[in-house]
Amino acid sequence: MTTIAVEQRILNANDQIAAQNRADLDAAGALAVNVMASPGAGKTSLILATAARLPADVRPAVIEGDLASRIDADAMTAAGIDVVQINTGGSCHLDAPMVRTALPELLAGRPDLLFIENVGNLICTAEFALGSHLNLVVASAPEGHDKPYKYPGMFAAADAVVLNKADVLAVFDFDLPFFRRGLAMVNPHAPLFVLSCRTGDGLDAWVAWLLAQRDRK
Amino acid sequence: MHELPITQGILDTAVSAAQQAGTHRILAIDLAIGGLSGVVDDSVQFYFDILSQGTLAEGATLRFRRLPATATCLDCGATFAAIPPLAPACPACGSPALRVEGGREFYVESIDIDDDDSG
Repeated sequence: MTTIAVEQRILNANDQIAAQNRADLDAAGALAVNVMASPGAGKTSLILATAARLPADVRPAVIEGDLASRIDADAMTAAGIDVVQINTGGSCHLDAPMVRTALPELLAGRPDLLFIENVGNLICTAEFALGSHLNLVVASAPEGHDKPYKYPGMFAAADAVVLNKADVLAVFDFDLPFFRRGLAMVNPHAPLFVLSCRTGDGLDAWVAWLLAQRDRK
Repeated sequence: MHELPITQGILDTAVSAAQQAGTHRILAIDLAIGGLSGVVDDSVQFYFDILSQGTLAEGATLRFRRLPATATCLDCGATFAAIPPLAPACPACGSPALRVEGGREFYVESIDIDDDDSG
């Protein structure tokens, strides 16, 4: 018997396609954001509210990842946003090859910002690189303040975190300092944006940060 | 569900390394998996036994080396293993100022191959 060192990432094949996606995004001048959250945290609402606040010269586009259905994609179309729906057929996450199938159509429209709405799931979505520039994790008041403690892998992978439904924090006895400490524990660098897509409070700071990332790229 | 593509990734990575080495049989695969990854060992083994049928990794043993994340207390300097759900305070001094690092590793470390046919 001989032992051979391999030292290779398990999802190496996915990573290679993610790198191709990144190259295509860069060539097209689009900043891509991988939007990850539990089901119902407000991923779709955040994308719609963000798109509505973009300057006229910043064009958004969206990839919608869902187990099935076009409900979210139809909401984007109704808002006049270019969208490609990916139905994962039961898979709990998007992967780089799925995103690759959607890129040619969307990049032909010359978007400046591409939101990739991942499948609602806080467990594994961050493990599958898509080629995006930023990982965004969206949490929300009804989910509770313990999420960074229970799903540290997701929050550790975030470049930014949004806490949505801030208008109802008190209703859910949401301990914001506890949430902040949990996030700082696993990820001291990611900025936290406390906002409400329903009232619009806090959205301006998030949109300004997002636009600054695009300018920095 | 995510264990299925992950297991396929393990199998593809191992088989590719074995082919480069010119062997026809993989006896064991050593994996390093961080403690913050949501991978369930038993589930991976279950899928592996199915996916590896008819490949040169059929019958191979999967060995999981769990690499725990480490928490460090920013006040007293104590370090301890960080296992989800993470403790909100230092077990030594009670401070909530903690920093968690590591635990996100996810790779095939090595494979054991059969020498008899490695020609």
